[in-house]
Amino acid sequence: MSIDYVKPEQATGTTRYVGQAVDRVDGTAKTSGQARFAAEFPYPDLAHAALVHATIARGRITAIDTAAARVVHGVVDVLTHENAPAMKPAPKMSMLNLGSIASSSSVNYLATDEVHWNGQPVAVVVAETVETARYAASLVAPTYQELPAAVDFATEKHNAVPEKKGNPLLEGGADKGDATAALAAAPVSVDLEFSTPQYNHNAIEPHATTAVWDGDHLTLHDSTQNIGWVRKHLAQRFGVPEKSIRILSPFVGGGFGGKGRAWPGTLLAVLAARATGRAVRLALTREGVYHTVGGRTPSTQRVALGADAQGRLTAIVHTSVSRIARVGGLPEPVTTATHHLYAVPNIHLSHEVVELDLLTNTFMRAPGEAIGTFALESAIDELAWELGMDPIELRLRNEPERDPVSGKSFTQRMLREAYARGAERFGWRDRDPRPGVMRDGRWLVGMGVATAFRGSIHMPVHVTVRLGADGKLVVRCALHEIGMGTATAQAQIAADEMGVPLESVRVEYGDSELPRGVGAIGSAQTASAAASVLAACAKLRKAVLALAPPGSPLRGRRIEELEARDGGLHHRDGGQTYTEILTAAGRDHLEVEHKPTMLGFLARTVRDSRRWVKATTGAQFCEVRVDPDTGEVRVSRWLGVFDLGTVINARTAASQLRGGIVMGIGMALSEQTLIDHRTGRIMNPSLAEYHVPVHADIPHIDIDYLNEPDPTMPLGLHGIGEVSITGAAAAVANAVRHATGKRVRDLPITLDKLL
Amino acid sequence: MRPFAYVKPVDVETAVLAAAKPGAKFLGGGTNLVDLMREGIERPDTVVDVTGLPFDTVDELPGGGLRIGAMVRNSALAADPRVRARYPVLSQALLCGASGQLRNMATVGGNLLQRTRCPYFYDTAAACNKREPGSGCDALDGFNRGCAILGVSESCIATHPSDMCVALAALDAVVEVRGADGTRRIPLTDFHRLPGDTPEIETTLAPGDLVTAVELPPVAAGSRYRKVRDRASYAFALVSVAAALRVSDGIVTEVRLALGGVAPKPWRAREAERLLVGGPADEASFRRAAEAELAAATLRPDNAFKVALAASTVVATLRMLSTEGASR
Repeated sequence: MSIDYVKPEQATGTTRYVGQAVDRVDGTAKTSGQARFAAEFPYPDLAHAALVHATIARGRITAIDTAAARVVHGVVDVLTHENAPAMKPAPKMSMLNLGSIASSSSVNYLATDEVHWNGQPVAVVVAETVETARYAASLVAPTYQELPAAVDFATEKHNAVPEKKGNPLLEGGADKGDATAALAAAPVSVDLEFSTPQYNHNAIEPHATTAVWDGDHLTLHDSTQNIGWVRKHLAQRFGVPEKSIRILSPFVGGGFGGKGRAWPGTLLAVLAARATGRAVRLALTREGVYHTVGGRTPSTQRVALGADAQGRLTAIVHTSVSRIARVGGLPEPVTTATHHLYAVPNIHLSHEVVELDLLTNTFMRAPGEAIGTFALESAIDELAWELGMDPIELRLRNEPERDPVSGKSFTQRMLREAYARGAERFGWRDRDPRPGVMRDGRWLVGMGVATAFRGSIHMPVHVTVRLGADGKLVVRCALHEIGMGTATAQAQIAADEMGVPLESVRVEYGDSELPRGVGAIGSAQTASAAASVLAACAKLRKAVLALAPPGSPLRGRRIEELEARDGGLHHRDGGQTYTEILTAAGRDHLEVEHKPTMLGFLARTVRDSRRWVKATTGAQFCEVRVDPDTGEVRVSRWLGVFDLGTVINARTAASQLRGGIVMGIGMALSEQTLIDHRTGRIMNPSLAEYHVPVHADIPHIDIDYLNEPDPTMPLGLHGIGEVSITGAAAAVANAVRHATGKRVRDLPITLDKLL
Repeated sequence: MRPFAYVKPVDVETAVLAAAKPGAKFLGGGTNLVDLMREGIERPDTVVDVTGLPFDTVDELPGGGLRIGAMVRNSALAADPRVRARYPVLSQALLCGASGQLRNMATVGGNLLQRTRCPYFYDTAAACNKREPGSGCDALDGFNRGCAILGVSESCIATHPSDMCVALAALDAVVEVRGADGTRRIPLTDFHRLPGDTPEIETTLAPGDLVTAVELPPVAAGSRYRKVRDRASYAFALVSVAAALRVSDGIVTEVRLALGGVAPKPWRAREAERLLVGGPADEASFRRAAEAELAAATLRPDNAFKVALAASTVVATLRMLSTEGASR
C-alpha cells in the first residue's frame, strides 16, 4: 500500500482549516500573561491557605497544638479536625455517580483524627498572605500515635490479590486458549519479569484553587481538567445543589491526568472559605502536589511469549502487580494493550493488586498502556533477539486481522503502514542488527522500535452554536484548555462547517455555566466535542436556510445541495451570506444547541463496542548513544509515526505527540518517585530531585502520521493526548539493548544498571 | 518562611561584625540559602546580604595566577576568557552546575558553602545528624544512591554537592577569609571538613568569617571536568572528575585529580596522583591509580556502583587529556 508522504505541519486536507498548522487562538493571551490561571483571580478580601502535612504513614492524631501558629500576625484561622466544619463523607465509588469517581480518596479531611498516608493534610492555615500562611503552617505541631503501616511496594507486592473490582473505565484480564500449555510447547520462548517505579505528574502549574462563597453559592477557580466531575463531587461534599456551584477554569497549566479528580487541596480551599467567610486561595507548593496528588502506580510484570521457529506467536502471558491505596485509587489496567496487539491463539492476561498505606494512585497519561507496553514491547524485542529476526518483521508477522481476544473488527488499523513509513524515514535498514557494534566515536549506538497503542473513547457533550447577523460564530461548551489547543481545534472545525473565517469564530469554554462538556481525560475531549459541534453546525445551517427570504437563490433548496463557504450558504446558481439572510429576516442572531442524551449515547456506544475495537496506534523509533565508560544514555534521534485518524491541527497535534514522547523518555531513563520503605514518605518531591527530562535530554523529535480518517469517528478523528507515551519507554530500552547487548527490565534505565 | 532581620552592609568590617552574632548568615546569590530557609532547614535570625561588597572582580596575580572575588557570579566566572584559557576545568565545572538562571545569581563565596542535597537533610520530617545533631541518619538504610563512599562516618554519608569546588580542589585554590582577627588564607582542600561525629560543622570557618576571594596559582597542565549524572543537565553529580595532566614522552609529569559526588568534601585524589606521577600515561595505570584511591570506599547497597563509575570516569577523563595533549 502506498501512502503519500504528508509533512504533518503543512496543509493536509481539502478543508480550509482542519488539518492545518493553525496558530493557537489563545497563544497571545498566554505568552503575554493575560491568560488567567486558578491562582491569579483577584478578590478584595482574598486570604491565603497553606496545608500542614502528616509526617507519619498511619495512625491517629492524639493532639494538635496550633497556639504558636494562631499568634502569628496575619493568621486568620487554623483549621484542624478539632474545629473545622464537617464535610460530608466521600461517596462510594460507582459508575452511576460521576462525582464519586472524582473522589480522590475516602478520607474525610479535617473530620477525622486518622492519618492514612505520610503527607495527608491534617490542618489548614488561613492567613492574609501566602508567606504568613506557610510560615504559620510550619508552627502547627501535631502529636501522633503511630500504627503499623504497609508502605513498601517491593515487600508488599507478595501480598497482592487478584484484582476483582476492576477499573470501571478500562478493561482487565482475559483468557483465550491455553497459554500455559502453548508456552511450554513453544520451540522459542522468552519469560521475563519487569518492574516500573511510581511516577508523578509534574504539570508546570502546581494545583491551585481560589474559592469564594456567597451564601450557599460557590464560585471556584480550580486547576482542573474535569469541571463536571469536580462540581458534582463538591456538591455532594458540601451539601449544596450542583447549580449553585460555578467552576471557572479557562486555563490550566498542564494536567496529564493529575488534575482529573477532586484532590484535598480543592476540597480544603472550599472548606477554608466556608469556615472563614473569606475568599480563599490555596496554591500548592511542588512538594504539596507530591504529598496530596497521586501518581502512577509502580508495577511488576511478567511477560512470557512463545513462538514457532518462523516467529509466529503461539502464546502470550502478561500478568501484573500494581498497587492502590487502602483509602482509594483505581487498579491500573496494565495489560490493556496486550489484548489488542498480536494475533496469538493462546492468551492469558491478569492483574493483581495490593493496598498500601500511601496516597492513592491516579490516572496518568495512558493509564495501563504506558507501563504495560514497556513490558510487552521489551519482551517482543527480546523474542526477536532469540529468533534472530528483525523486530519490525516479527511484529508484522503477528499483526492481527481482527482483535485477538474478542474477535471484533478494528475500525482502523494501519500499524503496517506506520512501520513501513517509519522504517523508511528513520533509516532502519542502515541498522547493523548485531548488538554493541554500531559506534559514533566512542559512543555505542543503538536503534530500537516499539508499538504504541491507546484505546479511543468519546462521550456525549452539549454545545450551543450562535451565529450573529455580523457573521460571527460563538461555540459554547464547558471544555478544558490544559495546553492541547482545545479552543483552536474546535474553532477550526466550526469555521469549516459554517464556511466562515477562523477569526470569526470564538469558542467559550472552561466554565461550568456553559453547556456540559467532558473531562480532558482519556484522550476523549476533542472527538467528543467535535461530534456535537458538527451536529450543531448542521442544525444551524438548516435553521439559516429556513430563514432565506423570498427571492433568495437559496429559497426552496435542499440543504444537501448547499455549500457553506465565504460566510454564507451557496448553491452553484448563487447564494447569500449569513449577514444578508439574518438581516433580511430581521434577526440579530440564530442559536442552536445539540444535547445528545446519555441514554442514546450509551445505546450507541454499547452497539459500537460489540462490533468494533477503536484505537490509535503507532510505531516508535528511537536511537540512543551510550557512553561505554559511564553507562550514560542519551537519546539522539526519535521518530513516531502514528495512525490517529484525521488530525485537526498539525501544529498542536505534533506538539502534543512530542510531549508524550518526552514523558516516555523520562519514564525510560530518569523519572521515579522515591518512597521511603520505612516511612512511606516521598523523598524527592521537587523538580530538582525528581528527574523529568530537561531540554538537553531531548533531541528533535520527528513526528509523522498517516492522516487517514476513521470512518466511525466524527470527522474521522481520534483523541491523541496519550498514545505517544505508549511504547516510548520500550523503544528506548530496545535501543539500549541494541547498543549494549544489555536488557534492562526495571525502569528507569539509570546508568548504574549499564555499568 | 520564618521572619528574620535583613541587613546589607557596604563595608567588610560591618559585615563581619553583623555576622559574628549568633543566628546570623551571609547571603550571596541566595540560590541555596533561600531554598533552605523556605524548607525550614536554615533558620537564621539575621541575614547579612554581602552582595553589595566590592568583591566582584577577577584580577591577575603576579606570577600568572588569578584572584577571584567572592561575589563574582558563577556565569561571569565561567565566561571569563582568562579562566577559559588557563583553567578550563573550572569553567567547565561551573557550566555543569545548576541552570543558567541559577548560575547568574550564584556567587563564588556562596558556592563554597553550598549544603548537601541528601534527601534526608532536605526533609525536616526525617532524621539527619547534619540538620539536627544527634537525631540519627535515615540515609544509612534509606535512599543513598547519591551518597558518599569516601570520608564518610556512621553519623553522615552526605556528599558535598558543588561542581566548582571539585575543580578548585584540583587547582590548589586558596580561600581568603576575613574574620574578627583579620585575614586568613585556607587551602581549598582544608576548607571543608569530613563529618566524623559532627557533620553539622562543614567548614573550618569561625562564626562571622567572610569569604572574600579565591586565589588560583598558575597551572600549566591541560585540564578538564567530567560530570556524570542522571540527566544531561540540572542534576547533581553521581560522580565528577576534575583533572589536569601533563605527559612527556608517554610519562606523566604532572597530574591533579579531584573527585565530586563521592565524598562529604571535594575529594583530592592524592593517592592516585602519587601512583600516576612518573608512570606511563596509559589506560592500565589510570585504572590502577583510580582503584587505589577508591580502595577505602565504604559502600551502601544503593551507592556501591560509584566505585566502578568513579574509576571509569577517572580513566575516561585522563585518557581524553592524554590524547588531547598528544595531539597538541
